[in-house]
Amino acid sequence: MIALWRGSLGSPYAITSGTLVRATPVMLTGLSVALAFRAGVFNIGAEGQLLAGAAAATAVSMLPVLGMSYASAPLALLAGAAAGGSWAGVAALLRMRFRVLEVISTILLNFVALYLVGYLVRGPLQEPLRIYPQSRSLALSARLPRLLPASRLHAGFLIALAAAVGAWCVLRYTAAGFRLRAVGANADASRSAGMIDVAATTTKAFVMSGALAGLAGAVELTGVTFALYENISPGYGYTGIAVALLARLDPLAVIASSLVFGALEAGAAAMQRDAGVPSVVVSVLEAIIVLGLIIAWPQTSKVSVRRTRQASVSSRMEI
Amino acid sequence: MTAPLIESAALATAFLEGTIRTATPLLLAASGELIVERAGLINIGLEGVILSGAFGAFFGAAHGGPAVGYSAAALAGALVMVVFAMCTLGMGADQIITGTALTLLALGTTGTLYRTLYGAGLAAVSISTGVTVEIPLLSRIPVLGRGLFAQPLVTYFAYVLIPITWWWFARTHAGLALRAIGERPAAAVAAGVPVRRYRLAATLAAGALGGVGGGVLVLAQAGTFVENMSAGRGFIAIAIVVLGRWQPLGVALATLLFSATTSLQYLAQGMGVNLPYQLLLALPYVATLAALAGIGGRVVPPAALARVD
Repeated sequence: MIALWRGSLGSPYAITSGTLVRATPVMLTGLSVALAFRAGVFNIGAEGQLLAGAAAATAVSMLPVLGMSYASAPLALLAGAAAGGSWAGVAALLRMRFRVLEVISTILLNFVALYLVGYLVRGPLQEPLRIYPQSRSLALSARLPRLLPASRLHAGFLIALAAAVGAWCVLRYTAAGFRLRAVGANADASRSAGMIDVAATTTKAFVMSGALAGLAGAVELTGVTFALYENISPGYGYTGIAVALLARLDPLAVIASSLVFGALEAGAAAMQRDAGVPSVVVSVLEAIIVLGLIIAWPQTSKVSVRRTRQASVSSRMEI
Repeated sequence: MTAPLIESAALATAFLEGTIRTATPLLLAASGELIVERAGLINIGLEGVILSGAFGAFFGAAHGGPAVGYSAAALAGALVMVVFAMCTLGMGADQIITGTALTLLALGTTGTLYRTLYGAGLAAVSISTGVTVEIPLLSRIPVLGRGLFAQPLVTYFAYVLIPITWWWFARTHAGLALRAIGERPAAAVAAGVPVRRYRLAATLAAGALGGVGGGVLVLAQAGTFVENMSAGRGFIAIAIVVLGRWQPLGVALATLLFSATTSLQYLAQGMGVNLPYQLLLALPYVATLAALAGIGGRVVPPAALARVD
């Protein structure tokens, strides 16, 4: 318990290098999940989209053309978002064109992404000595700048904050955000109203959600790990679900809830280091929080009801 | 008989044996998921059920042998589903999110328990995997025999489960009532069917079957518990139920399709096919996605699936 405190909030170093650094990727995956759920899309593939993003960001950072250029990190982030979006796009296509439940397809794609990264770090992206299953370390110029002296806090934290505020503004103040919320709240009514292209809105939300998760992967790579390897994400994609639910799918509240989970995970890492308590305890805690939340706020999480209604209307016939 | 012929016969046997080995835990878990989905509930937490079953089996077998192991596996799986039933049936929580949380919960709980009980060392405790039982005569059939009928006892249980679930759904009152619940719970209530009791029974049965499926991984295959050893089988089993069009025979066929792809991939690795093995490992998942896309739009889930009434 003391170790948990020391590792998360006990000192300025623990806050900036532990909690805030851990909060960054789960803020982005939390936003990814929140956006999808708000649109009635059950994207639980943030983990795979994150890995796709990290892999693409690695590939771009290794391009010899970029060399010492300062365009490297921004391009890597863009590539990560694009890759995450495309990875989610596969699931979106499968849902829209072939009516494959995205719950299943996104999870299956998580495994494909994991094996793909496993292949990349032993094949095309492996470090030059070909000993370890990981990529070469990123050049200093390709890394995200640090925000404070003597701290691991990096610019990715600001990117995540900006993404949260941006997502909130889009949802609240733009026509696209309104369409997204309308489709998520009631796809049938949106379709009947005649002014909303439900399929296009759903697809866009799905791809955007993937892009945010992909960005999380790219940020983690360029800000924290500096190299690609298989275990680059200790389940940030799944933690994102808990983060989004705790925030009741509100992008601004995601900032706060990601800080809670960031503190938990940073504390758990310290607990394992100092007290020998296995850090998997945190997944127990996360699961209990999620279960408590869906019982306390059942309305927040009725996403599956919306979408099956939508599915069953379009495909009623005898079994 | 010429040498290449003998060699290809041995390969075919190895392929069959590998297929059945992969299929056994999947078929058990998918049969459980089939039952619960026909009752109108979707259990995304099947992954957690399998994992808990695996840990239960390990714990039980380490203290009392394989029979205790399988009982503990069924119990552990059912226990996870008790939580599922409490949240979804009891408190109307969203089924998909409950399931996702349960998988997380099982991952954390089994990992923590394993490390606290047996230490963090690799394969601290190992238990003997059950002996294979050869069925007289049938196991003598050339090529097929060794692959299909020289298997652990639990595999024969999985074989028998296919006709039993088919018969139960198609020919019994209880099976009919369960299907009615999955299609139109309100009508079932009106017909005097105790809907909640049926759904509770279905979740418990699904938990026990999924748990035994996890038990197979420990007691008949790995001989030990490894963190996260279910490795996505729960999600595959859910996909298999969709692929099998919510029919017992369809589920059996879909299981075979996935297992054959997996077995083929191992065989390809063994034969030194010139492809990186990680890409081969991804093959069964890609094949499942492709198969799901292939039947997409032509399958109809139980009408009340994942809906809260």
